[in-house]
Amino acid sequence: MALTYEPISTTTLSSAANSITFSSIPATYTDLHLVVTTLGATGDYISIRFNGDTSTNYSWIIGGMDNTGTFQQKATGQAQGRIGNSMNSATIPTVTRTDIFSYAGSTYKTVNSTSGSDINGSGEVRVFTNMWRSTAAINSILLRGDAGANFAIGTKATLYGIKAA
Amino acid sequence: MAVSRVSTSSIKQGFPKSRSMLIGNAAYVPGAYESIATVNGTGSSGTISFSSIPSTYKHLQIRYNARCASGAITDHYIRFNGDTGGTYTKHWVFALDSGGLYTSSTTSTTPPSLGYIQGYDTYPTTGGVVDIHDYTSTSNAKTIRYLTAGDEQSTGSQGAIVVGSALWMNTTNAINQIELVLASSNWSSSSSFSLYGIKGD
Repeated sequence: MALTYEPISTTTLSSAANSITFSSIPATYTDLHLVVTTLGATGDYISIRFNGDTSTNYSWIIGGMDNTGTFQQKATGQAQGRIGNSMNSATIPTVTRTDIFSYAGSTYKTVNSTSGSDINGSGEVRVFTNMWRSTAAINSILLRGDAGANFAIGTKATLYGIKAA
Repeated sequence: MAVSRVSTSSIKQGFPKSRSMLIGNAAYVPGAYESIATVNGTGSSGTISFSSIPSTYKHLQIRYNARCASGAITDHYIRFNGDTGGTYTKHWVFALDSGGLYTSSTTSTTPPSLGYIQGYDTYPTTGGVVDIHDYTSTSNAKTIRYLTAGDEQSTGSQGAIVVGSALWMNTTNAINQIELVLASSNWSSSSSFSLYGIKGD
């Protein structure tokens, strides 16, 4: 009997890599939840793509604050979504938690995320909302540095499935 | 009627026996996070209700993907045990597609808003996660935390992110009913709301 909230897959990097992929995602859950702890030598956003879609089907809004103040950003017609930020530290992880609602349904996909880290003198917390304008069920997820930066050794991503009654 | 053929050797060996009811199967260990109920919008009501909530969990979580049936954007509120009085507080940090990062707080207020529900797009475009802590307490007020957000782009610049906390200042009653209420319009039939229970030690 399947659990309501269970891990689907975990990837832990044993060497630097420019992406992490979850594929063959079963369509048996209601929502997906992604927990990512990133280490990075170069600060960059964590981007997300579904089903290999590189078309301009993504849009997002970001709100956040760091040690200098608050900020808000938005973009439409993007080739990928944004779910988190990776700080400039190979030893202090940034933690990102992402919800992907009704991922197997035939509607557009809403993706909400929180991300943050503090490296004792600087740091930031951000909240993201994304829209993937596709009615296809999500069967693969690609995480990558938005500008192409690598994830460092020790970066870990776990995908969970949540099943409603 | 099915007919089975039994071999001579199996008759000699006898039927398999086990001292355990599992008969070699693995035991099922339930998780700490359980699905309680799912309610869908109907297109003709602005209220979603979870009633007769069992008191067997430590915390609750509501997850939803929703839109309002009208072509507009509207607030939605959370209400416990039918309490419509000024027994709530709320604090927000929110970002709008149109620009800016804002804060908002209210005290001794009627059921607090959880954020904006959009109805311009054809599909549900607001995702929400609401955590309700220690909901069965009969000595403490009830704290909730939530993130509701969506980026609705069909009509332009209608997205929003709301991160909030709220308090139901009732210290004597466990929560046995939760309602999510639109300020106007109705929940679309494509909206879906699920209540989960989280066990504790």
